[in-house]
Amino acid sequence: MTSTYNRAALAAGGAFFAFLMLTAGTAQASSIDETVNQIFASATGWFVNLIFSSFPGTDFPWIVGWLVIAASVFTLYFAFIQFRAVGHAVALVRGDYSDPNNAGEVSHFQALATALSGTVGLGNIAGVAVAVGIGGPGATFWMIVAGLMGMASKFTECTLGVKYRNEYPDGRVSGGPMYYLTKGFAERGLPAGKILAVMFSIFCILGALGGGNMFQANQAHQQIAGVFGDFPGWITGLVFAAIVFAVIVGGIKSIARVTEKVVPFMGIVYVGAALIIIFMHYDMIGWAVAQIFEGAFTGLGVAGGMVGALIQGFRRAAFSNEAGVGSAAIAHSAVRTNEPITEGLVSLLEPFIDTVVVCTMTALVIIITGQLIADPNTGLYLLNEAGTAIQTVGGNSGVGLTSAAFASAFDWFPYILALAVVLFAFSTMISWSYYGLKAWTYLFGEGDTKELVFKLIFCVFVVIGAAANLGPVIDFSDAAIFAMAVVNVIGLYFLMPVVKKELHSYMSRLKSGEIKKFA
Amino acid sequence: MSNLYVVAYDGSPASHRTLDFAVDCAERAGAQLLIAHVLEWSPYSFLTPEEVEERHTRRTEELERAKAALMDPIVESLAAKGVTPRTVIRYGHVAEVLNDIVAKEGGSQLFVGRTGHTGMAARLFGAVTISLAQAATVPCTIVP
Repeated sequence: MTSTYNRAALAAGGAFFAFLMLTAGTAQASSIDETVNQIFASATGWFVNLIFSSFPGTDFPWIVGWLVIAASVFTLYFAFIQFRAVGHAVALVRGDYSDPNNAGEVSHFQALATALSGTVGLGNIAGVAVAVGIGGPGATFWMIVAGLMGMASKFTECTLGVKYRNEYPDGRVSGGPMYYLTKGFAERGLPAGKILAVMFSIFCILGALGGGNMFQANQAHQQIAGVFGDFPGWITGLVFAAIVFAVIVGGIKSIARVTEKVVPFMGIVYVGAALIIIFMHYDMIGWAVAQIFEGAFTGLGVAGGMVGALIQGFRRAAFSNEAGVGSAAIAHSAVRTNEPITEGLVSLLEPFIDTVVVCTMTALVIIITGQLIADPNTGLYLLNEAGTAIQTVGGNSGVGLTSAAFASAFDWFPYILALAVVLFAFSTMISWSYYGLKAWTYLFGEGDTKELVFKLIFCVFVVIGAAANLGPVIDFSDAAIFAMAVVNVIGLYFLMPVVKKELHSYMSRLKSGEIKKFA
Repeated sequence: MSNLYVVAYDGSPASHRTLDFAVDCAERAGAQLLIAHVLEWSPYSFLTPEEVEERHTRRTEELERAKAALMDPIVESLAAKGVTPRTVIRYGHVAEVLNDIVAKEGGSQLFVGRTGHTGMAARLFGAVTISLAQAATVPCTIVP
């Protein structure tokens, strides 16, 4: 059965790549990229406009408000759980409360690391550069605020992810918003849970293809082209698609395993290099922090002023740490625990590591190395001709801006960064192919052929993402991921009393000593 | 103090020699035997999302395989000689888990086989025997 499936998969994959190669060979390289870009931009424009439309009479996208309000509500409803429970969350990750008899099962640390490998990535490198490049240093402040508040959203969704997961007779586990929307709503006698779950699954598939795939391929190509010279994006796309295909369709797990082990190491190298650069410019740390605070409340000349900085900060933080989006609930739901709340507590560390630590590092390096050009007389940042973004040294944007910032201190760093970007992009793609597949199987049922169809679509979008321009890709990626948040947050509002009950029960047992440390 | 000999067993030739030696010692000292098999596992290793999903199934399979392929045959062969050991299968860092088993079960002696790793490799990867020689809480016999 398996070998038949593999043969069918390889044959389908072969035909797919042959088609792409044929297409590539019969047209000019640049025109392929242009055509892909035009078709893609016109096909997704309406969806992007719908998600990012502003509140009437303002420039404030309603979706950003939606996430801010949600994170604030969860923060208040759970009485600042992200600050109260950090110590206990760290103890859980350390394994202090893990029963030694359960050794060999997925630990809290492993669930956290797996979820983090899906979120720590290009959002932290390229996304932050986009935020700071458009919203100025002030965007960093709002990004940190969004990261801290997002911890409460993540706590809520991951607790529910574990509580309402599906456990199959063979021991496998499937969880995520689609399951808590269905089972949680039914348990509370609420209508429309199934409809919300279906909507979430559709958006999750789009998010997997957008932010979890195209954005990654796009930025990986930009980084590789930046180091080795410009060449058509579809070539990078094909190479990436072939590797992704080998892992998710061909079942070559060794590639994924190597990536999973190298990615945390690259993350440490990245943060380490950022810290070294920051300390090399120690005399400017005070100035950079002042720029972040001043920019947060005045905008320092950026498009949209303070609101512009705030929107960029919140938007990129949400894209980076995915709090409220629901993806983490899928990743965390497989942990082995009888207490769903423990996984919620562990997961709240995720936005902290992702946004408050790693994103802030990137932003500080960009600011401190003077990549953003300001008017020396007024201190305000100068905008480009279109008036949409801040002028940068060398006209860089996205991952190119981060790369230039690191290169200003270490001229060899772009090579390391290129490798990091490729690995981050790849690990995020593998994670999102899994999230997308879970949503797909929720909609269409489990089965080899059904799963193969999704996996092939996923590979096609790798090529499209690498070939399209950054603008349409980033808009669609954001729109798809935020669309997931629309549905997920509605579910979280209705189900948050369940989480509160779990939290009270757990905390009182912890206090009474019923729940004991093993270590 | 109980007279319980804990023997580390992984099916290798070295562990067979260790078990034979421990059985001999136990017979002479009138001690009971506990055969321990430890599956190397770190809660801090990194897993892919798919591995996370399948982990519980894999663990169950690994435990069943260890019981069927390692423990049951050796218990059977010892039973034929009139020896009736207890067995235990655990996950974790081998040396730490063996020490833990000794502590929990009240073991009086620990027997491990020498794996053959010496020099740099042993220092880098932390040979079980070196760790136990340093950290064992009861007399530890390393059988070459």
